[in-house]
Amino acid sequence: MSTDTAKLTRHQRLERNVTLLGVFAFLAVIVGGIVEITPLFWIDNTIEKVKGVRPYTPLEQAGRDIYVREGCYLCHSQMIRPFRDEVERYGHYSLAAESMYDHPFQWGSKRTGPDLARVGGRYSDEWHVQHLSAPRNLVPESVMPGYAFLAKNELKAGDMSAELATLAKVGVPYTKEQIEKANDDLKLQADPNGSASDLQKRYPKAQVRDYDGQPGHLTEMDALVAYLQVLGTMVDVDSAAAEEALAQEKGR
Amino acid sequence: MDKLLGRAGIWLLAFGVAVAGVAAAKDTGFAIHMGIFAAAALIALVASLRGANYKALAAGGAAPADQSRYDDDPTRWGIIATVFWGMAGFLVGLIIALQLAFPQLNFAPYLNFGRLRPLHTSAVIFAFGGNALIATSFYIVQRTCRARLALPGLARFVFWGYQLFIVLAATGYLLGITQGKEYAEPEWYVDWWLTIIWVSYLLVFGGTLLKRKEPHIYVANWFFLSFILTVAMLHLVNNIDIPVSITGSHSVPFFGGVQGALVQWWYGHNAVGFFLTAGFLAMMYYFVPKQAQRPVYSYRLSIIHFWALIFLYIWAGPHHLHYTALPDWAQTLGMVFSVMLWMPSWGGMINGLMTLNGAWDRLRTDPILKLMVCSLAFYGMSTFEGPMMSVKFVNSLSHYTDWTIGHVHSGALGWNGMITFSAIYYLVPRLWGRERMYSLQMINWHFWTATIGIVIYAASMWVAGVTQGLMWREYGADGYLVNSFADTVAAIHPMYLARAAGGLLYLSGACIMVWNVWQTIAGKTRDEAPMYSPDFNPAADHPLPAAA
Repeated sequence: MSTDTAKLTRHQRLERNVTLLGVFAFLAVIVGGIVEITPLFWIDNTIEKVKGVRPYTPLEQAGRDIYVREGCYLCHSQMIRPFRDEVERYGHYSLAAESMYDHPFQWGSKRTGPDLARVGGRYSDEWHVQHLSAPRNLVPESVMPGYAFLAKNELKAGDMSAELATLAKVGVPYTKEQIEKANDDLKLQADPNGSASDLQKRYPKAQVRDYDGQPGHLTEMDALVAYLQVLGTMVDVDSAAAEEALAQEKGR
Repeated sequence: MDKLLGRAGIWLLAFGVAVAGVAAAKDTGFAIHMGIFAAAALIALVASLRGANYKALAAGGAAPADQSRYDDDPTRWGIIATVFWGMAGFLVGLIIALQLAFPQLNFAPYLNFGRLRPLHTSAVIFAFGGNALIATSFYIVQRTCRARLALPGLARFVFWGYQLFIVLAATGYLLGITQGKEYAEPEWYVDWWLTIIWVSYLLVFGGTLLKRKEPHIYVANWFFLSFILTVAMLHLVNNIDIPVSITGSHSVPFFGGVQGALVQWWYGHNAVGFFLTAGFLAMMYYFVPKQAQRPVYSYRLSIIHFWALIFLYIWAGPHHLHYTALPDWAQTLGMVFSVMLWMPSWGGMINGLMTLNGAWDRLRTDPILKLMVCSLAFYGMSTFEGPMMSVKFVNSLSHYTDWTIGHVHSGALGWNGMITFSAIYYLVPRLWGRERMYSLQMINWHFWTATIGIVIYAASMWVAGVTQGLMWREYGADGYLVNSFADTVAAIHPMYLARAAGGLLYLSGACIMVWNVWQTIAGKTRDEAPMYSPDFNPAADHPLPAAA
């Protein structure tokens, strides 16, 4: 009993001193974050690069901004878990490296609609445009809102050079050339007569075409569809290099 | 006089900066927001010039505030704001619940689900919950310190500045201005504004603690203090970002990918842990003993559960990222700490419930106490459900489904909502000098509509969540997946209807509250069969006089 009383008396010092109470309360709440978060900045698993992963093109990044703006992440995840049913439904489970250039990350927390981590290349551009415009025309059960306005809105992405430069500041490896040519590249990628090989010099495997079915008009729909079409396609998950990276990614 | 001029000068400067912001804006959203800023600064300028007591100033300085009375104006405004934003949040919640059942109710682009959903979550958590916390903390800290609020001008700035934060956040969502991180959606300049408000809040709260007349800091204030400190830390770290342009609304978060995900859910889970738990436990620790007229059950338990709760909560974030690309050890750590968290959570529930020892009979006659007990019961239930869902095996089924939504709402509607309603019913007669609420019977009606509403809501989401989880992983004898994703959407349609019905009931209960509060403030008393209401002596409700 006596030690108990001594402990209580010691605690009474905290109860009579605002500063002490505040300091101890603050110490108590910083430990967990430090232990869990800081290692992620240096362990291999989470900073390792995988072949094929490249920063988004300006058009894809502009599409991603629209994805964020419209709150798509509130109903669609971009994180396939390593379960048989998820892998069969959505494709190979997601790797850490595949979202390493995502600021902000868009893993999501709810699937009111399906996962989109590997939706790229699964449907045609026309399907996406029609589905985004009037979802229930293609999927009668769908509860998704319509986004027909995207095809009407001219893409006003702002200064993409500034955006890419800001992304570079937080660690996305955009080159000087990519940043300088960002505003031209934005238009080039949705131009059916654009030079694919020129863009692909800066962004390997980037696809140049008119995405929204309205050649000559650069719309928000172009950007969003370009983004959706690249999701999950950068890494060839069946390649030897990727398999090796996966083998080292333990514990999932 | 100097002080008044200085204050007016600051508002004038803020007005000038905001107008320059409108002129230089890179996008419409930023221009609109700077316009709102400018209007707010102008209102503050006019209010501070018109509100000044010039006669007193001319006579050689304003008279010091009467230290023998509590400063309850910010609490009064805060209660009205809580009721107002609560109604807004519940209503938007009902609308988006109906949108999920009837997608035709989406009106693009401003009223699509994706833009309304953050409006709902922020309105309920930060506007309804935040105002309840600010209002009650100002009330409680004065009573438990027996001292008048420190820094009264700053306290008013905290209240009005916080309303501006809410307006900026809410309009931003509708305009599509978002950082894209759940519960941390406001963009960089709104984050900065909130930081200023929050530091001021800490100063007012801490300042009042420092000038207390009681030697001992009451347990409710421990919880408020840790809530304010921790929310500041979470807000600052999770919102580190670089604006693309300082005259544009868009910014790039510093953390991305895996790191971004963990920082976000470290923030997100502790927004629950400190905003919606520690802060509301502080309310519980004051209002439950007051209403039950019994001392807190165990002093020792309050010490143990306070330190255990704040230490353990911080670790639980990774349970939002089970089976993702987050390293396994972090997931497991999050799971283990989440399960441990069950104990201090129930420590708080037990301490609250056992405070009723000797007063349990009053549950039959005191509707406010009934709200409190029910809120603690929901707290206990959701703090059991949470650790269970954080177990990886359970999480593999429940994650990404509506089960999570049900879990959140049994906590938010049950625990946070009901403890707030009971605090409102406790405070309104006292703050406006009325004998009792307009109607105690109507509190009883509110209690039952809310309780039945929550039960329908939570039950329908459990069924929906488990249905989704099982259908997604269902394999046929042929070894193929049985259900397409669209099948699972169709299957839970009836549950979405039931959920909207539950939400409607909850909203109806809140409407009864609005009427009741309105009539009480108007000074009316409903002629009705009497129910129990503890005695209150306004003459004894004052700070301790300075030592003679």
